[in-house]
Amino acid sequence: MIRVENLSKKFGEVTAVDNVSFEVAAGEIFAFLGPNGAGKTTTIKMLTTLLKPTSGKIEIDGLDPAKQSNEVRKRFGIVFQDPSLDQELTAEENMDLHGVLYSVPRKLRHERTEMLLTLFELWDRRKSYVKEFSGGMKRRLEIARGFLHTPKILFLDEPTLGLDPQSRNQLWTHVKNLNQSEGVTVFLTTHYMDEAERVAERIAVIDHGKIIAQGSPDELKRQTDTDSLEAAFLRLTGSTIRDEKAGAADQMREMARMWRK
Amino acid sequence: MIVASLGQPLLYLLVLGFGLGPVFQKAGNGSYLQFVAPGVIGMSVLFTSVFSGIGLLWDRQFGFLKETLVAPVPRATVMIGKTLGGATVATIQGLLVLAICLIAGFRPVNWLTLPLALVFMIMTAIVFAGLGVAIGSKLQDIQGMQLIMNFVVLPIYFLSGALFPLTDLPTVLNFLTRIDPLSYGVDGLRNIMIGTSQFPPELSLAVLAVAALIFIALGSYSFSKIQI
Ligand SMILES: Nc1ncnc2c1ncn2[C@@H]1O[C@H](COP(=O)(O)OP(=O)(O)OP(=O)(O)O)[C@@H](O)[C@H]1O
Ligand SMILES: [Mg+2]
Repeated sequence: MIRVENLSKKFGEVTAVDNVSFEVAAGEIFAFLGPNGAGKTTTIKMLTTLLKPTSGKIEIDGLDPAKQSNEVRKRFGIVFQDPSLDQELTAEENMDLHGVLYSVPRKLRHERTEMLLTLFELWDRRKSYVKEFSGGMKRRLEIARGFLHTPKILFLDEPTLGLDPQSRNQLWTHVKNLNQSEGVTVFLTTHYMDEAERVAERIAVIDHGKIIAQGSPDELKRQTDTDSLEAAFLRLTGSTIRDEKAGAADQMREMARMWRK
Repeated sequence: MIVASLGQPLLYLLVLGFGLGPVFQKAGNGSYLQFVAPGVIGMSVLFTSVFSGIGLLWDRQFGFLKETLVAPVPRATVMIGKTLGGATVATIQGLLVLAICLIAGFRPVNWLTLPLALVFMIMTAIVFAGLGVAIGSKLQDIQGMQLIMNFVVLPIYFLSGALFPLTDLPTVLNFLTRIDPLSYGVDGLRNIMIGTSQFPPELSLAVLAVAALIFIALGSYSFSKIQI
């Protein structure tokens, strides 16, 4: 369903994605794991027609995203890592607009909107403007919107970022259901290893723009001689923290070190 | 939003119409309010339409643009939709300013043909909404907006004959006014509203139509090339 060969993307001097190759079979749940700045989002942007690759080849359902963009766009749905809602519209209006853009028939659009907003506990707030939502509510709306039309491929870029455990559970259960009942192919990224282990059939680990390991969660553990995916991930990517988006805890540690001096 | 942005045209109308009126009259050009009313309408159509197109920048900043860019709708269709949407708002704005002009004492030569002014408002609005989208597709941040205001929008306005007659100008200035599409929009409005004009209204309409096609083509092209 997705085939990538020698894909690279450079932003000036920075090589964000470096000669990457992989395949995702139809109906598979595939996880792309890697530290901050590894090149996950950049890869997704190239797969979803938002960015042109510097070099390499991409096939989505047999089509080239750079040339047959519109055909490719009909085949996938996406939940972005960064916000992409219209803040000046209500939750319901955002859903409706998406339905119109993807030509979901009106009746189905309303049924699915009600089902999804209920599932992600936003139905009571459907008339509220997105700008009045909390971070987690916006996130839930982004996810609900991504599920409104039923695509062949679903890209989920850190969908659980900032979500409470209940919503995460809802999300992954729903993803699993879609995959089983409709055969939707899923391409996801996450920083939570337990999630990847729970839902992904196959995993690729990317670091500094290069894929450094691929396989099922069990294979990765075997390859690295570890007993958890987390340990396997750390063994593969090292335990140093990437300077980009270093967590609050790391910054505190840094501060503490400076105070001691 | 529409009501708030009526302040500026109102200010122009009052200050220029009544402030410069005596000077203009002494120079033997008749009532300045009559002369400037079509110019002020042109101005508000210009500002509203260009900035509706540049509004694309906000979609980019707040992330919503991504949602439109991955949707299975040809980008040219989205671009034309945005242009027509912006042009509609700008035309409504133009009509409101016309109403204000009438309240302020402006009198058209012929009440029966006054509705034809709408044609020129719509055409002007489409031209500059298209230009706005073309610019908005290229703009990366808010700093660029100030530059566009100073080096594109204001020159278009001041060179259009909105504020002074386009006669007896130095050659360079004369040339610049002739390539400014707004000159034809304002001149067409003047033809209908006060019965005098520099160019035949058919010519003005043709120039506006060509400009609209050029800017829409340009806008569709740059919109379809957006990468984020
Ligand atoms: N538009 C851009 N211009 C310049 N550099 C960019 C751009 N987008 C991404 N990069 C760089 O490309 C690299 C990969 O970024 P990317 O967003 O793909 O990482 P990621 O794996 O999604 O990380 P995260 O887990 O933090 O989301 C980073 O070094 C980033 O700084
Ligand atoms: Mg990312």
